[in-house]
Amino acid sequence: MTATPDPNADTVWVEPVALIDRIPRWVAMLALAAVVIAIWDLATARMAWVSPIILPSPAETLADLIFVGQNLASGGYMLEALWTTTRTVFWAFLIATAIGFSLGVLVGETKFGERAVMPYLVAIDTMPKVAFAPLFIAWLGFDIASKVALAAFIATFPIIVSTAAGLYAASENERMLFKSIGASRLQTLFRLKLPTGLPHIFTGLKIAAVGVMAGAITGEFLGGGQGFGALIRQSASTMDTPRVFALILYLSLLGLALFFAVAWLQKRLVFWNKADRPGGVG
Amino acid sequence: MTMAEPRPLTAGPAAAARPVYQIERLSKTYARNRLTALTDVHLTLHKGEFVSVVGSSGCGKSTLLKIMSGLLPPTTGRVVLEGKPVTGPRDDIGMMFQQATLLPWKTTLQNIILPIEIRQGRAAARAAIPRANELLRLVGLGDFAHVYPAELSGGMAQRASICRMLISNPAVLLLDEPFSALDELTRDFMNMELQRICAEQRATAFLVTHSLAEAVILSDRILVMKPRPGRIVEEIVIDLPRPRTLEMINTPRFGEIVAHIRDLLGKEAFQ
Repeated sequence: MTATPDPNADTVWVEPVALIDRIPRWVAMLALAAVVIAIWDLATARMAWVSPIILPSPAETLADLIFVGQNLASGGYMLEALWTTTRTVFWAFLIATAIGFSLGVLVGETKFGERAVMPYLVAIDTMPKVAFAPLFIAWLGFDIASKVALAAFIATFPIIVSTAAGLYAASENERMLFKSIGASRLQTLFRLKLPTGLPHIFTGLKIAAVGVMAGAITGEFLGGGQGFGALIRQSASTMDTPRVFALILYLSLLGLALFFAVAWLQKRLVFWNKADRPGGVG
Repeated sequence: MTMAEPRPLTAGPAAAARPVYQIERLSKTYARNRLTALTDVHLTLHKGEFVSVVGSSGCGKSTLLKIMSGLLPPTTGRVVLEGKPVTGPRDDIGMMFQQATLLPWKTTLQNIILPIEIRQGRAAARAAIPRANELLRLVGLGDFAHVYPAELSGGMAQRASICRMLISNPAVLLLDEPFSALDELTRDFMNMELQRICAEQRATAFLVTHSLAEAVILSDRILVMKPRPGRIVEEIVIDLPRPRTLEMINTPRFGEIVAHIRDLLGKEAFQ
């Protein structure tokens, strides 16, 4: 028998909150990592479902991570390789930003750019850019320059597109305001359109940061040289899978560093855009 | 009803005042689609006068405002502000839009001095800061000079845009439905604020609006426009005493005037 509810009692009830909303983010991330590593360990070390050549166990990978880490820390040949790749990525990102931004302004600001230049850019963008790698090697040799060229080539297009899109982002009202206060075309570009477009431009820069890494490593795979990509290829060719995994993990740190450098700059420059925090990765 | 009669332009309460803005035989034709947006518009704004234009969508009132602000050239006619023909945007024309249109990366104060900065450079803009602060106090935003627009409410943002319009001491204020994006209570309040500010600045103002009540409560004269082709069909002098209050909305006289305009516009809609 149930008690008759008191009609004068407060109507207090608790809104259900999902488990994922109740735990801190880092706990959720660690829990997921633990589960993945446990399954990985089960599949390799414990049950040997997968050959170690295809997938090394977590323990083997960790051992290699420590080995590579020691080599990097002691200034060994791996640090030199990482430095080569870092330089490649840095220059490629700088060149891609300069060219991408300039072409983006040309396309987004001028009718000539929009009508005459843009169709060619779209045509080039649809080509598989990695296929140009042999050409860059033929033109620039096996040194760092050919890798910089390939990486910059890949990373330029997202910056062009996002810069052009950013220049269209200012509203009709804002354009009318600038017109009514007698702003020149250059003033409208620098005081209105570019600042308004910054969130778009940074989205392009983040995509370019990922592209420049892919371009640099692809270049090093194909063109040899001293970089981390060459190390990965050497390890893979000797079936040293744990080493490949370890190298990739350290390489991802370089990519993350570049990505967060861009995100940090965005937070500083686009301080007014609360919707676009670097914490929300993307 | 006397107000139903078209009156000569000199009949208004500001008849004695000096003409500020004069438009004669204005027409605008869009050649591309052979549309006559405006035909035979005559209009004089006197110093300190508040004139509104009402009409259905497509009656040409936005086109008229754009021509008056120098954003659009007329096809025929004379458009003269303070004795000089309007051939482009001018610093003695102040504009306000439906949206406050404040730049989010500039503080309220920096937004207000933007027109000076664009026209005369940073040094002149710095020199205008005391006046900007004075204007902020005038609209009740004295404490919000160094706040970014994201932290302002809709009404506060529009008050800041009033300051931006007033910073260059314009001879005429052109208001394009300035409070239509605000909620009704804020809008009523802002209209009273606008009346107070215009009175204090002795501003000559021209308002485009969809709201008949807003037009009646603010204006000395209302121009009723009709489309196809866009033209002024009637001019109504509002004889409600000043300063106007929101309570006047409930008076019979106010109701009569609104009903009369609605009747004029309603007939058009069903023709």
